[in-house]
Amino acid sequence: MSDFLQSVIAYRFEIGAVILFGIGFINLLLQKNLIKKIISFNVMDSSIFLFLASQGFIEGRIAPIITGANDASLYINPIPTGLVLTGIVVSVSVSAFFLALVQRLYKKYGTVNFDEIIMLAKKEAE
Amino acid sequence: MLPWYQNIPFACIFLCMISGIMMPLFKSGKAAFHLTLCVSLINAILAGVLLYFTAKESIRFVYVMGHFPAPWGNEIAAGKLEALLALMFSSVMALSLLGGKSSIHDDILEPKQPLYFLMLNLLHASMLALTYTNDLFTGYVFIEINTLASCAIVMARDTAKTIAATIRYLVVSLLGSGLFLIGLVLLYCITGHLLMPNLQEKVLSLVSTGKYMEPLTIVAGLMTAGISVKAALFPFHAWLPFAHGGATTTSSSVLSGLVLKAYIVLLIKLFFSVFSIELVSALHVNDILFVFGIIGMIYASIKAIREEHIKRMLAYSSVAQIGYIFMGLGLGTKVAVIAAIYQIIVHAVTKPLLFASASRLSEVQGHEKSLYRLRGSARTAPLAGIAFTLGGLSMIGIPLLGGFMSKFLLAESAVLLASPRQWAALLSLALSSVLNALYYIPAIIAIWSPSDFMLKYQEEGKQKKNITYSVSAFSFMVLVVLTGCASTPVSEIISSGLSLLGGASL
Repeated sequence: MSDFLQSVIAYRFEIGAVILFGIGFINLLLQKNLIKKIISFNVMDSSIFLFLASQGFIEGRIAPIITGANDASLYINPIPTGLVLTGIVVSVSVSAFFLALVQRLYKKYGTVNFDEIIMLAKKEAE
Repeated sequence: MLPWYQNIPFACIFLCMISGIMMPLFKSGKAAFHLTLCVSLINAILAGVLLYFTAKESIRFVYVMGHFPAPWGNEIAAGKLEALLALMFSSVMALSLLGGKSSIHDDILEPKQPLYFLMLNLLHASMLALTYTNDLFTGYVFIEINTLASCAIVMARDTAKTIAATIRYLVVSLLGSGLFLIGLVLLYCITGHLLMPNLQEKVLSLVSTGKYMEPLTIVAGLMTAGISVKAALFPFHAWLPFAHGGATTTSSSVLSGLVLKAYIVLLIKLFFSVFSIELVSALHVNDILFVFGIIGMIYASIKAIREEHIKRMLAYSSVAQIGYIFMGLGLGTKVAVIAAIYQIIVHAVTKPLLFASASRLSEVQGHEKSLYRLRGSARTAPLAGIAFTLGGLSMIGIPLLGGFMSKFLLAESAVLLASPRQWAALLSLALSSVLNALYYIPAIIAIWSPSDFMLKYQEEGKQKKNITYSVSAFSFMVLVVLTGCASTPVSEIISSGLSLLGGASL
């Protein structure tokens, strides 16, 4: 039992990231409320960033900002952090685009429930 | 000193981006249209030049971005296969622009038109980047650019219906890119690399030790699933008919003909340059593609038979054709992948022709979209009728046309296999050809047979000349016939280009 607990604690970031990814993924797929869909998309992407950042982190080392000592063994791995930054830029722009779309539909139909919007659009077509 | 032609891949991507950024400076859609068309044509010519040089010397070169050496820097790699695919992307882009010019004018508000072309340019850039990139994370970034740009061109019509279709498309795409990203991150954690050659070296050395087989299976599965979701493989296709069927003509042509293919090109690069096709077969990832590809071929054709709306019918047909490509990938041999790439090219020249022709037919018949109300429209616009007929026949698989050749190559590669897959592939090819005929033939008969609707719009319709459409339809028809008659040189280029992609044997 204590072995199990120890490995849970050792891999807490990875486990948390996978759980969050699942939550985000399922909600992005099944949620009817469009705003909640956007939130779950952000949860999903953040979980990946958490996973990535935790992989680059090495216990006891510092951020790779070179001030004097040019010794790689002092620093954490900077590449995952760079990837996270790129990923954040991507997910921010996607969220902005998504929000703009939802706003348009809300102005027209007065609801953010996707099922209702589809029904209203169908009625309109008839 | 680099040979000058090695700058072409970067130059093409950069040219699209620059012209894209310049679009908002234009006041009118016309100037923006001409610049976009010019850029596509220049890119097509450049890709042709690149194809000539890489095929002459039979090489695949690596272009180092920013002069950082291999394990750290970003790279572009181009060989025959990439050049051929880039030629396909750029030329089909240019022809789709020509074919949909009048619909862009009808469907999109004048002040918004430059922004539409901005998105098309970004889409073009991202498709080229997905073809050329040698770095998986760059691949991910361009997947997202591709997603946003293609969503934007779906919603360019700006009706509530297209916005709802865009949201569906966006949600499914985001699920796909989420899966791809987590797969990529896991792969990075296992190997510590992002460049494809380094990744492949590490992956193959991991496989030879036998460790990490489960994580590798998961990585391959997640990345493949992510890309298949975005490429509308069978269970994830529900968004496609609405997005492709509702958009303006150029958007539908580009989305059906090219955007879906760009993702599959990345998948093929993943299979050959990161894993190897033997490893993919050993991990059983391609079995899933095979099964869903076959179901997609049959199911989407049945849906297409029941569809009245002509553009949605064509969109369902795209789902079926994507099924062929995935079936080819799923067979898991190099010959089958060559056939799948051939199918990519054939579908990329045929589907835009069909979309452009369908839109021309509905243009002369009072902008009707249902097949019933399009009866006789081909008599008013004979060129569009001939083009639609030719495209439809090619999709069914009539000899001398592109569709026949791609099905023939797929069947040939299936025959070479000695497993139950052989029969499944051959039977489903035969069945889906019959099903294709079941909806293309009635559609072709409908557009040629006279009706009241035709008489009502005939005078008005004959007035509407559309020269850009004629140019594009004619070029597409030539391409369809060429892909049907001259398959040997093309498949040779694909075959040797595929060998250059990498994939040292296990």
